[in-house]
This record gives sequence, C-alpha cells and structure tokens, in this order.
Amino acid sequence: MPEVRLVNVTKKFGKIVAVDDVSLQIHDKEYFSLIGPSGCGKTTLLRMVAGLTEPDEGEVYIGNRLVTSFPPEDRGIGFVFQTYALFPHMNVWDNVTYGPRVKALESEESEKIGREMLEMVRLFERLDAFPSELSGGMMQRVALARALSAGARLLLLDEPLGALDAKIRHDLRYELRRFVKDLRLTGIHVTHDQAEAMAISDRIAVMRKGKILQVGTPKELYLNPEHIFVANFIGESNFLEGYVTKLDNGYATIELREGLSVQSLDKRHKEGEKVVVAVRPEVLAVERGERETENFILGHIEGFRFEGTNIRYEIELKNGDEVVVVRPALAVEWLEVGEKVTVSFPADKSFVFAYPKRGLKNELALE
Amino acid sequence: MRVLDSLSSKSTVRYLIYACSLAFFFALILIPPILGIVLKWGTITDVFTNPSLMSRATSAIYSSFAIALFVSFIDVVAGLPMAWLITRGGFKWLKSLDTLADIPFIIPTVALGYSLLLFWSDSNQGISSLFGSSLVSQGWLLIILLHFAFSYPVIVRVMVGALLDYKREYEEAARTLGAAPLTADRTVTLPILKTALISSFILAFARSVSETGATIMVAGAFENGPIFISNLKTAQEPGYEGALVFVSFILIAISCAIFVTIRLLGPRLKMPIKKVWPVTERKLSSSRVTNLRNGMSLLVFFLLILIPSLFVALPSFYAITNGTLNQAVTGAGIWQEYWQSLILSYLVGAIATLLNIVAGLPMAVLIARRRLGTTLSSVLDVLVNIPLIVPSIALGVSLGIFWENFATLPEIGLLIFVHLSITYPYLVRSMTAAIERLNTDFEEAARTLGGRPFTVFRTIILPLTKYSLFAGAIMVLTRSVSETGATLAVTELKTAPVLLVDWVKGGVKATPIEIGLGCGILIAFSFIILLILRLFTRERARY
Repeated sequence: MPEVRLVNVTKKFGKIVAVDDVSLQIHDKEYFSLIGPSGCGKTTLLRMVAGLTEPDEGEVYIGNRLVTSFPPEDRGIGFVFQTYALFPHMNVWDNVTYGPRVKALESEESEKIGREMLEMVRLFERLDAFPSELSGGMMQRVALARALSAGARLLLLDEPLGALDAKIRHDLRYELRRFVKDLRLTGIHVTHDQAEAMAISDRIAVMRKGKILQVGTPKELYLNPEHIFVANFIGESNFLEGYVTKLDNGYATIELREGLSVQSLDKRHKEGEKVVVAVRPEVLAVERGERETENFILGHIEGFRFEGTNIRYEIELKNGDEVVVVRPALAVEWLEVGEKVTVSFPADKSFVFAYPKRGLKNELALE
Repeated sequence: MRVLDSLSSKSTVRYLIYACSLAFFFALILIPPILGIVLKWGTITDVFTNPSLMSRATSAIYSSFAIALFVSFIDVVAGLPMAWLITRGGFKWLKSLDTLADIPFIIPTVALGYSLLLFWSDSNQGISSLFGSSLVSQGWLLIILLHFAFSYPVIVRVMVGALLDYKREYEEAARTLGAAPLTADRTVTLPILKTALISSFILAFARSVSETGATIMVAGAFENGPIFISNLKTAQEPGYEGALVFVSFILIAISCAIFVTIRLLGPRLKMPIKKVWPVTERKLSSSRVTNLRNGMSLLVFFLLILIPSLFVALPSFYAITNGTLNQAVTGAGIWQEYWQSLILSYLVGAIATLLNIVAGLPMAVLIARRRLGTTLSSVLDVLVNIPLIVPSIALGVSLGIFWENFATLPEIGLLIFVHLSITYPYLVRSMTAAIERLNTDFEEAARTLGGRPFTVFRTIILPLTKYSLFAGAIMVLTRSVSETGATLAVTELKTAPVLLVDWVKGGVKATPIEIGLGCGILIAFSFIILLILRLFTRERARY
C-alpha cells in the first residue's frame, strides 16, 4: 500500500534551491535509500515526504493519496531522526507508547504494542530508563520502536546510524533492514554513507545539488554508473583524461596524455571528443616488471597502504597520470615502492564519460 | 597585561581573585540587608502593640503577594501564546513584534506608571475620554494592569529565547507519531521548557512584588507592601520603625521562601501529559482556532500593553508645540532639577555597572565552571538570585539601617551600594549562563596552545560571551536608572524616577505636559540603549 510518489517537487530556502524539480517513485515494501553529499537535498526530500517541510511546488503521494497539504500526523508515517529526538522527560516506555496514546488507542492496546515493540528491539527490560541513561545504540533502537509503534507502514529514516560508533553502526544497519522486511514496511533511508546504502538497500537514488542523478539497484549503480559523479561517489574510480581517436572492431580507442592509449568497450562517444575514462581500482591488474599484455600501460609503484583485507597501490603511469590499484592483501605477492610495473585495463570494465563542461575536479567535488 | 597573564598561572593569585569576589558578594550584597533587619529586630514588637498598624501591615503584605501571584498567572496565560506566535508564526513582520514586546521592559517603570495612569484613569485622555469618566480609577485594578504591563515582557522574552534554543525535532517527532500541534506543544514542548517557564514565572512574580515607584503613582489610597513602607517613611507615625522592619522582614522572608520552594519543587513538578484528548486537541489546533488565539494575543498586547505603555509620548508631542520642550532644553524652572536628577541616575547606574562587571565576572566563572565543587556552586547560584526576588524597598530599608549603624557613608555612596545590591544578580546571571553554554573545549584548546588562565579568559571566554556581558551590563544600567523603591528608602537624593513620582504626587508643582515630557525623555534614553543593544546583537550573528 505505501508506495511513495514525488511529482516535480521543488523546495527553495531563500535563494538556495534545496530540491530542484524532483520526480521519484518508491515501491511498496521497498527498502530505498537516498544518498549524496552534505547539502544535496536528501533530508529536505525526506522531510517533504513526512510533511515536516512543505514543498514550494509539486505533489507528494503516499499510497494513492495526495498528501502534499497533509500535516505529518495525518500521513501514517514513522520517522527516525538522526539525533533520535527521544523525549528527554519521558522514560523508554512512555516514549514508545506515545504514538498509540496520542492516537487514542485503548490503554490495553497501547500496552500490547509497547510491549511488542520493546521486545522486538530487545529493550523491554529497560522500559523505566530515561533517554539520558541509554547508550547510542539503545537510543537508536528505542527511536525505531517508537516510530513503529504508531502503526506506520512507511518508515522514514534520516541518517539513523549517523551518531553511532563504526562497529555498532555496521551491525545495526542489517538489523534495520531486517525490521523493515519482517514487518513488510516501506522504508526510505537517508544517508551520506554509500557503503551503508549499498549494503542494505533494494534501490538507491544518488542526489547532488537538489537533483537526482541516478536511481538503481546497488549493482546497477556500481557496475553501470550513468554519471561521472555517481562513478566517483558510489565506490571508487580512477579517472584518466583523453580523446577518442578511433572507433572500430567494437572498441573505442582513447588516447591519454603523452601518446599512451587504452581501449574500452564503451563506444558512446564520437571520434575526437574529449572524454574521461573511469575504471575501478579493483578491476585493474598489476604485474611486476614491464610486460607486453593486452591494453596495458607501464608505470612504477609510488606507494602502498596495507588495509587489512586489501593492499592499495598508488602507481604513477609512464605519462605522469596516477592510478590506484587494489589487490587482495593475502592472495598476491606484495610489490615494493619504486618497482616497475605493468597495469592492464580491462576494456569491458571501464566507463567513458564526456569531459565535464565545468572541469573534472569541479564535477567530482562533494561540496 | 603580560604581567596579569603570567600572574594568573599562580593558583594563589587565582584563588585570591575568587576570594575577593566572594567577599564582595557576602560583605556588600548578601549580609548587609540581613544584618540591617537583625539590628532593629527589637523594634518589631512595636507593631504588635498597635492593632491598626498591624492590620494595615498584614493587609498590605497580603495584597502584594495576591497581586503578584495573580499577575504572574495572567502573564503566563497571555505571554505564552505570544511567544509561540513570535517564534512559530512564520511571518517576517513578527520580528518587529519581538522588538515591540521589549518596549515595556525597557521603559522606566515610573514612566510606564504615569503612562497607564493617563491612558486608563484620566477622564480627558486615553481610553477614558471615550467614556467621559475614569474607566479604571486609581487602586488595585490599575495596579494589576500596571504590573501586567511591565511583567508580561519578562515571560515573552524568556519564553521566546527558550523556544528559539529548543530543539524542534522533539515537536516534529511528536507530530510524526500522530500528535496534533496542540498535543505536541502540551505534552512535549512545554514540559521540556518547564525550567524556562518556572524561571520566567519567578522573574515576573519578583518584579511585581518589588516594584514601587510606578505602583505609588497608580495606587491612590490602596496599599501593598512597598507602598505601605513608603507611606510609613513619609508619615513617620508612632511605631513606624517596627512596622517598617516587620513588613520588610516578612516581604523578604516570604519572597525567599517562595523562590526556594519553586527552585526546589519546580523540577519535580509533573505536568499533566499522560492524558490526551485527540479529537478536542485536534479541533483546538485547527487554523481557525489558531488564528483566533493569535488575534487575541495581538489584541491583548496592543490594547493592554503597548498602547497604554507608550501613551505618555502624547503629552511629549504637545510639549514640542507649547514651548515646554524649549524650557526643558534651557533648564528653566523645574527642569534644572530634572536634568540634575537624570545625570545622577545615569552616574549611579554607570558606577553600579562598572563595579558589577569587576566583581561579578569572577563570580560568574566560579559558578559556571563549578570552581567550588558542584554543591557549593549550586548554593552560590541560588544565593546570587536573592536580591532579584526581594522587594527593592524592603531591601533598601534594611540596607539603610545597616549602613547607618556600621559606617558613615555620604548619601551618594549609600545610593550606589543600594543600587549595586539590587542590580548584582543581572550581570552574574547573564554571564553565568553564557559561560555555562560555552564548550570547555575552547578553553582547553587555548590552554594546550600555551594560554595562561587570564589570557584564555580575555582572548577566548570574553570575546565569545561579550554579547551576554553587554546585555547584562545594559540590564544593570536600565534597572538602576529605573529603580525607585530602594532609593526612596535610603536617601533624600532625587534620582529621575523619584523626582517624577514627586511631580505626579504633587510634591513639586508640574503640569501634565511637563510630567509627560519628563517621562518621554527617560523613555527616549531607554530607546537609545535598546538600539545600541540591537546593533550589538546584529554584530554577534557572525559567530
């Protein structure tokens, strides 16, 4: 039932356009994430779904109801705030049963819901505690129980894990998804952490400067980014500038600086066009010494970092461009700083984008 | 400065400064009024042997507290919706309303009293002229209207500040859980802002119990505590000294008892938040009812507060055309004494402000940074508030007795000490709150970079709290300039408000236009001060 539809929604704060003519459809029982850098408009968009911010233009639908002018209390939503916003003057029990009480449910019914929700988040034994007596993770679970206790079918989460330690954050994100799926809810999760969104979402919308750049499953966004910003924001990419010099045999040949060239299966650009080749660090192959492999460029190791699971090499190519290559730390023999290497570019795993009009650095900037 | 910086590293020097500040507070602010009463305790029996005086005294005390309690309640009822309208109304013009709500706060109360007297009571002017006779004659009702006018801004000011600081997410969370706006305000916002509400209630209550000058103007034959003391001082009838000590003691004791009770029990006060009436509260949250409530708030504000408060400006305008202003500017006739009194008022105010800054800043650091440990600092925090809640004329009486017995001070010295006692809490409270809000990380960062304690204080704490220091200093100055009761109690010297009371009561013959202009000039000075404060506030916006 709670499919969410936004039609040409715009919100301005003075001269700043926070959300710029956005249309979006979120399916029933979907776990959907809105991600993007700070100030991209993702929280404003979520608040417009909740009715906490009124759009200047456009329409918001929840289910089949046009709810644009509805106050938050009439939208049938649950909202988890980044700071949790647990009422400091109420204990856990009163916080969790607040929703049923203000909706005038019978006291037995309120108690039943409160009990169920607190048992679900495994905090029933802390029902007398006040928010100031709880840990961050506990507060997050109480906030979730409170949001769900009002009987919402649509759960809105505004950076719900943002205030937690890395380890707890990692564990709780799967728990969040499990709750939403077990209770057959629709969830909209706002975060700036792409790894978090990738791990738990059915679909993700990437936003920048009030606009949605791409919507897709985590796999689609990672493997087929349609925008150079998405290629950078989701995962990590190396970017090499060049020109398309030849289109034949199913390949596009891109000439990089100093006459070096690479081939790609991405042939969306014309001969002579200035482009940027994007390639993920983990798909580049690196071998010791100078070898004549397919689609290769020579270089040397500038530095490396041991990251536990992976080892991360910083390599300067022969033309002065720099690339990062990530290899499994324990599966390969490590290379040393200064060693000459050969870097191979898989033609089927690189993306070619038109060179951005406002420059590559500006286009990738997060601010 | 370097010498002071390096001296501040020595703990003995630091403790010496704190000790001086504590000694100043106890020796000059807290103990003298208590000792003053103790010294004359023996005379208190006189009042028990004089039934008519006793009956007048008890009735005056009862009137003081009954009026203060009633006025504080209607302040809350009328002030809360106004604070909500200013902070949640969402219109740009509400910012002007915010400034307008400050006006009765900064008008010296005697000018306010005279203004209300003209508006409500003078059958030839104001609202009474519409009816051909005095609509509200001098007496308890006019006192209530007067006290409402000057204590209402206290509630609005404190609650607007609290609502602006309040994390609105709590209210939004309640709304997303299904609460109607009124339910969310009643069950979430108001209980969270309970401390601010209690503080504003205490301040409004104290202001009502304490006010003297304006109350004398509008009271007629009616007596509350401060008027009774003032009348006793003037008439000096037999047994007056005992009655003076008795009433002062009771006013001080009950005020302190109420203050301590509210401070102790206030945080434990449970608001009725368990019960919810979704249908009724939803109806009461509708835009029709909200607009009606806002309309009523504006009507009350303009009709009962703003217009009566500024009504005195009207005779000031006549003064421009009929030559009174000219006389005033040249200092002719009664105006020479007026200007002298104004200079005296601002001179005493300025000295009291400076002394307050010097003695109050270390005290604010002591309390805010818990230098004496949590318990002692909390006790000190309560103690510094006492002059605020004690009726100023009662404080004046006891201080007068103390200084008469312990030192021969020139009258001006006595006046400065009395003003210092009354205004002391304003600067300390303002700076304590500001330093408490300041993250200790800033100070610690400065210390790790090599800053000595005094260097940190003057380069980090002071610049970051300068707005509060300035606001506190302005409060001290305006409070001192408008102070009447204690001044009347201790000296024959005439400050501007005392002189204006004299003009109104006929001690000096002055025409209504002259009185109006006298009040108008006092108000004009206050406006200039408010303007400076506003300009300074704007400066603050950069950080």
